[in-house]
Formats: sequence, C-alpha cells, structure tokens
Amino acid sequence: MTPSFLDQLWLARNVILSGLGLTVSISLLAILAGSVLGVLVGLSLTYGNRLIRPIFRVYTDIIRGTPVLVLVLASYYVSSAVGVNLDPFSAGVLALAVFCSSHVGEIVRGGLQAIPKGQTEAAKAIGLTFGQTFAYVLWPQALRQFLPAWVNTAAEMVKASTLLSVIGVAELLLRTQEIISRNFMSLQFYFFAGALYFVVNYGIERFGKYVERKTAVPS
Amino acid sequence: MSKTILEIEGLRKTYGSLEVLKGIDCAVHEGEVIAIIGSSGSGKTTLLRCINMLEDFEGGTIRLDGEEIGYHAEGSMRRRKSEKDIARQRALTGMAFQQFNLFPHMTAEANVMLGLLKVKRLPKDEARAIALKWLDRVGLGDRAGHFPGQLSGGQQQRVAIARAIAMNPRLMLFDEVTSALDPELVGEVLQVIKGLAADGMTMLLVTHEMRFAYEVASRVIFMNQGVIGEDGNPREMFVAPKTERLADFLKTSSFN
Repeated sequence: MTPSFLDQLWLARNVILSGLGLTVSISLLAILAGSVLGVLVGLSLTYGNRLIRPIFRVYTDIIRGTPVLVLVLASYYVSSAVGVNLDPFSAGVLALAVFCSSHVGEIVRGGLQAIPKGQTEAAKAIGLTFGQTFAYVLWPQALRQFLPAWVNTAAEMVKASTLLSVIGVAELLLRTQEIISRNFMSLQFYFFAGALYFVVNYGIERFGKYVERKTAVPS
Repeated sequence: MSKTILEIEGLRKTYGSLEVLKGIDCAVHEGEVIAIIGSSGSGKTTLLRCINMLEDFEGGTIRLDGEEIGYHAEGSMRRRKSEKDIARQRALTGMAFQQFNLFPHMTAEANVMLGLLKVKRLPKDEARAIALKWLDRVGLGDRAGHFPGQLSGGQQQRVAIARAIAMNPRLMLFDEVTSALDPELVGEVLQVIKGLAADGMTMLLVTHEMRFAYEVASRVIFMNQGVIGEDGNPREMFVAPKTERLADFLKTSSFN
C-alpha cells in the first residue's frame, strides 16, 4: 500500500514549518529593511537636490529593470567575489530589500507628488516649517494614498522569497522540493506549498484592508 | 492716519522673462480694508503671495511692522532669510486661498489647532479653546468634529478663514476666496469677512466681487499690468474713475 498524503505531510511537518518560518522571516526582514530604505529613496526622489535626485533616479531605474533572480544571484556571488562573505540568507535578504526599496521609493514619490501644492502653501501660510509641514500635513496624506500599493509590494516580496531557493536558503519552496524528492508526491506537496503562500499573502492583504479602513478619512 | 503696518517699496517680481510686478509702492495702515481689483494677469494675486513669501521676489522691499520680510541686506548683497525666519514671519500674516486648502485628514478643529500647537506652541486645551471660539465666530461651532470632505465649500472656506485668523495675525490676506464657490455659498463667506472688518482687522482682499469691494473696503487698489493703476476710496474710484483703464475694467466687470 502506498503511503497517504496526510501521512507524508505529518512526517514532514517540522520540515515544512521550518521552511514556512524562514519564508516569513525573509519576507518580513526584506519588507522592513526595504521600506525603511525605500522611504529614504522616495524622499530623495521627491526633495533631493540636483545632485541627489539623479543618483536615486538611476538607482531605482536600474533595480526595477533587473529581474529579482539576477539580484539574488548577484548579491550572493558578487559579494563573495569581492571578499564580503555573506551567507545565503543575508545575501538573499539584502537582494530582496534592495528590490523592495526601489519599489517603495517610487510609491513614496508618487504619493507625495500627488498631494496638491495648496496643501504645502496653506501649511507655510500658518507658519509651519518644512519639517512640520512634512510631518503633519504631507506624510499622513501620502501614507493613506500609498498604503494599497505598499501592501501589494509586500505580497510581491513573499513571492519573490522563493527565489532564494536557488542559492540554497532552505525556505518553504526548497523544503518542499526536498520532501518531494523523498516521496515523489510532487502534485500534492506543490499544491500544499502554494496554499501556504496564498494564506500568508491573503493575511497581508486582509491586514492592509483593515489598516486602510482604520485610517480612512470620513467624507 | 493710524499706524502703518505694511510698507511695500519698489516691489518687482518676474517669472522667467515675464515681469509680473513692475515696481509696487504702497503702504497699509492699521484697520484698513483694502480691496485689490484688476483683470486677470494684472499681478494682484502675485502681490498678495509676495507679502507672505509664498513667492520669492527679485526687487524691492516689504516691511511688516518695520521688519523686512523675506530678505536682508548682507553688505551690498540681498540675501533670502533662513527658512526658520521666513516661517516665523509668515505666521504674522494670515492667508485664505481660493481653493480653501484645508488639510483633508484633519477635523475642522484640528485644522485650526495645528498652527496654534506647532507654531505658537500653546498647550492643547488652550489651542482647542481658541479653535472653538473662532469656529463659533464663523458659525461652525457645531461642525468642529467634521472633516473637510463632510463640509460644503462655503463651510470649508469659513474653517480656512478661522484657521488663519486664530493665529492672531497682524494682517489678513484673502486671495479670491469666493471664486471657487457656488453662488449661493458666497454670501456666508463674505458675511464672515464683513464681521472681521467690523472688528478692525487689517485686510487685503483680492476679489472679483465689485459690489462687496464697494461696500466693505475702505480703500481700493486697481492693479493694471504689474503696476498700481489707481488707489483711492471706493466711492470715488467706482463712481468717477480717473483713468480710462479703470473705467474700462469697471465696464466689463459685473457689478452685482
């Protein structure tokens, strides 16, 4: 009698959970670091002077025009070639964070530039400094504006984390492939892994909708 | 004549090769309500925006209570003041805009309180009390908790005026504040401005409401192609314009 899928799943539970844990950690770290970096990129794109702005423009254009897989491979192999020995996990997270930052940077820039000029003028007119105008008038409005796009990027990062399997990071996809190589139940286990990715991204999307509702301005 | 609040001398402003203000000289005295009229492109809005440095200007000086606005002399050089100094000076004048420009993510009350909290650094309850007082004054005491999106255009503009006036400015600037309003909402905003005029607030109003200018203004300035074409009291100017330009302008503008 051939073993059932559920038996195999039970046997592989710890392997799958550790893979899922790593996928979530990679994604969280990448989203977090990428967002912090991305806000800096976005601010530089919006408010940077004639020197800063083109530098970040080139940065985002190059990163956004490069496949994530290439970034992951470059981060791992190029870093070791130049003598910085990053382990696969760090190299992978770095690549995803850089990718994330270019997208978040564009989202932040778009959000800030969509705010009508009159908002800044009204803030100036009551005597707010630029820092205050940004903190109390521009940023809160931009935040609401770019939340949906940001949630979308976060979900993209979870999907992109699968690419770390090619440099040997034992995240969910690589773990799943390991399991399949032992029991040959490719259909079942790929489906199962797919379902787990869906659950994670569905959670992110629901959370985004929740925050959107919470911060919505009545009208 | 009462004390001079604002002194403008030789004010010049260009956009690229286009000279918008070609040397404006003008003094504003305490309690004056000045309507600035003129066809579009005559420089009236630009004049207003220079007074609180929403526009930089290339020549001349503007003094508010004797203090030079926006620039200072450094040897023979003319230097723009620091952002911090300019922000402080902007708080001395209040401005209301054609498009209201309320902060959409804040309630009416929070809109009025922001400057009191962050610029004047008042404690929260004091700022709230002032905000409520002024919202009450513009007839919106019961709308303090509403967001701009929940208010009509006329109500939004009244909140915007309350926001400016709550800062206790030396001078109020109104930039075509009724132009974006539906006709039936114009009256309520003009009523608020009339009330402020009766309080003795010094005001400069760029307006297309000739009837209102005639009734409320103590003085009218007619701008024409970047210079002051005529400057006098409304009765003389509207009834017996001295220049042909003003006569033509009055003929083409509706007097309702």
